[in-house]
Amino acid sequence: MTRLGWGAAVALILTFLTIFFAWPVGAMLLRGITDDAGALDLSRFGEVLTTGRTWDIAGHTLVMALGGTIGSALFGIPAAYILYRTDFPGRTILRSITLVPFVLPTVVVGVAFRALLGPNGPLGFLGLDQTTWAVIAAMVFFNISLIARQVGGLWQMLDPRTVEAARSLGASRARAFCTITLPALTPAIGASAGLVFLYCSTAYSLVRTLGTPGVGTLETEVFRQTQTFLDLRTAAVFSALQVVFVLASVWLTQRLAHHTTTALRLQQPHRQNITRADWLPLSVTMFAVVVIILWPMFSLVERSLADGDGGYGLHNYRLLVTSPGTGFAGGATAAQALEHSLKIALDATMICLVVSILIALVLTRRVKSRLLSRAQQWLDVFIMLPMGVSSVTIGFGFLVSIHAWDPGLGQSGVFVPLAQAVVALPLVVRSLIPILTAVDPRQRHAAAVLGASPARVFRTIDGPYLLRAVGLAAGLSFSVSLGEFGATSFLASPDYQTLPVYIVRLLSRPGADNFGMALAAAVVLGVVAAIALLLGERIRPRTIRSTS
Amino acid sequence: MKKVLPLTVAAVLGLAGCSVADQAPDADDDAQASVTIMTHDSFNVPEELVTAFEEDSGYSVTTTSPGDAGAVLNQLILQQDNPTVDGVYGIDNYSAETLLAEDMLTTHDVQLGSAEEFTVASDTDGHLAPIDHGQVCVNMDNEWFDDQGLTPPETLDDLTDPDYEGLFVTTDPTASSPGLAFLVATIADQDDWQRYWQDLLDNGTKVAGGWSDAYYSDFTAAGDGEYPLVLSYSSSPSAEEGRTSSILGTCTQQVEYAGVLADGANPDGARAFIEFLLSTEFQETLPEEMYMYPVDDSVELPEEWATYAELAEDPITVDEAEVADNRDQWLTDWTEVYENHSS
Repeated sequence: MTRLGWGAAVALILTFLTIFFAWPVGAMLLRGITDDAGALDLSRFGEVLTTGRTWDIAGHTLVMALGGTIGSALFGIPAAYILYRTDFPGRTILRSITLVPFVLPTVVVGVAFRALLGPNGPLGFLGLDQTTWAVIAAMVFFNISLIARQVGGLWQMLDPRTVEAARSLGASRARAFCTITLPALTPAIGASAGLVFLYCSTAYSLVRTLGTPGVGTLETEVFRQTQTFLDLRTAAVFSALQVVFVLASVWLTQRLAHHTTTALRLQQPHRQNITRADWLPLSVTMFAVVVIILWPMFSLVERSLADGDGGYGLHNYRLLVTSPGTGFAGGATAAQALEHSLKIALDATMICLVVSILIALVLTRRVKSRLLSRAQQWLDVFIMLPMGVSSVTIGFGFLVSIHAWDPGLGQSGVFVPLAQAVVALPLVVRSLIPILTAVDPRQRHAAAVLGASPARVFRTIDGPYLLRAVGLAAGLSFSVSLGEFGATSFLASPDYQTLPVYIVRLLSRPGADNFGMALAAAVVLGVVAAIALLLGERIRPRTIRSTS
Repeated sequence: MKKVLPLTVAAVLGLAGCSVADQAPDADDDAQASVTIMTHDSFNVPEELVTAFEEDSGYSVTTTSPGDAGAVLNQLILQQDNPTVDGVYGIDNYSAETLLAEDMLTTHDVQLGSAEEFTVASDTDGHLAPIDHGQVCVNMDNEWFDDQGLTPPETLDDLTDPDYEGLFVTTDPTASSPGLAFLVATIADQDDWQRYWQDLLDNGTKVAGGWSDAYYSDFTAAGDGEYPLVLSYSSSPSAEEGRTSSILGTCTQQVEYAGVLADGANPDGARAFIEFLLSTEFQETLPEEMYMYPVDDSVELPEEWATYAELAEDPITVDEAEVADNRDQWLTDWTEVYENHSS
């Protein structure tokens, strides 16, 4: 790529982020920090920040998010090893199971968890229903796969010979892991843990459906202040606190990654047969898969199959195709909503891929100038913001900015894939970066020295890595879009509902059929998303030249 | 070979034009004047009726929906100076006065007929047309009370009675519209509502995040829950075939209105749409489509509704002006009572 090419890429990224993120969010925040006459007014900051309740909320948010992150990492890292580095029959199935929670609508997960942990559920005796612990468990349920996937993606390509060498020189398994594997994995662990932390600290419907223990979180408070009180100034203070959370966690993860970013010797995906020595990670993984992931999903599937008379059958599933639900005679069927969802998700994936590949390339380019390197760091932080900003802020923001500017555009539904692409962006960029960072720059240099043009260096050195990562990223982006609810519910046109929005609508009406259909639709959504993710993993070039 | 399938799938999907672009309005819409209505997210109307309206009136209709009734109000206020819609449907009696105070609506000039009895008291020149109504009521699990041989509660006061300890689940008034309606009802009904809520919470009342959580996770008759009393609507029993019924002494009125935006591009189109909302054809669909009762008293209710969806004759009534003035303070006070109780 030439200098011109990089310039164009940066311009495109900045234009996209400015129009579809900075403008809407800025428009909302501006209303928050100005008074009715339009003059700057920060007095509310003082008032809100000196209230004890504000700090209770911030503290509670921090505790829940940290709990969710630590829990996800404890289960996610062993799972990364078992699912991506070892080989055994059923590994693919196990892996796809871990991916499903990621796309399930949180409202439905709430129902599943409550069915499990509620007083009449099989785990009711634990007394966890509607406690902070239940929320943390649900966060772990959602995010194990995120850690496993990102860490595993890197792990499977690590050159095994270094560890073998250490082992043959007498290092124990634990020592070899701590001194060789763990440092190599740190960028991926840091990046994914940072993401999980952000997800957890901005969880909204999850916290709500599981009973909003205590004073709630920053996110529930932003919703309350915006939706209930339309008090944008107070909401702006809480949004600002959220941004502080984002910046702090991004800074932390960057430091973690920065210290350890080394060009790794990457290989063809390498797997070894599972052995008896793997009992510890295997049992942790099995516990995570069976107890934390499968059990709630099983209760979901079981309830979706219940026919209302104590028996089981496919009644609810048949309704998905034939019935628009009671109280929905004029609406679409779930099958139609699924079709809408798939189309929107495909659009969102295209948009997201183009932008995030450009961003990942720009971010991983090694630059000499301090200024450029500083700019990279800023961009890196900036692209994480969509995760930390409340979806109510983004949703309302779209409405008061772009929508107000051109109502026709807003009603055409084009914002839905765009907003979904923005939401998926940080995640997708983060999944691309560890792999691209790991490209040894000496290869590029060598190629250049041997006379390859910049375009050719890009094509032959970066290209293969990128292609390998793209399938993964596409699957991820597709499934995030498929499950996205917050921003979509604001922007979807009423006669073009997506499946998650449809499910929530079904759940907002009484009647056994509506409830059954909602659960059946959630199961279908989970299955479709898992298939998309698995297909994504398979789209990659047949051979990648060995890098060593 | 393995790689061929997914690649093909991706290529076919991409090439088949699977894209939201097919959402674009029909080409012939451009020839017609269009009217855009903002509605709450429960708005549903059979496709045939909309088509008939479009043919009769010559307007093509677009609806947008930012969320529940509260979100509709917020969005109207946010776009006050530059409304993107011509009319609004779904403002309820808890936000009616707030919207009227914003002075964004113009008169609808529609004959209300029997809908007249549901108009907002202060709205004498016709800015908000009542479209449908319903009641928020405590619902009970009939079978549960039969099995326990327990006489069901009848009033709001009964809910604090130790006999009914730990039986009632309501919803958060700061986050759900039935919850707000119930809070307002307790304020209208009780001399010292904060004391009442203390007693209610002391009596083991649970506050769920939203209607679905309460109804499908906590209520005994619809989910696996533990609570045989749930805050819901007078219409909900119509979907439960006699398993549940409303406790009429706890019911409070809810009315939904439509209005015309003064600065909208097509106020006449919005007026025509309101007329359509009040037509017999549309009013007949209300129970099935939106779980609300028609304001047109000549429209007959469906059979299950006539049997199960009983309305209280003398519901707890709401003073819209008082709600508009005090709503935020009430919610803040309620939050304090609730959080002090749970901590």
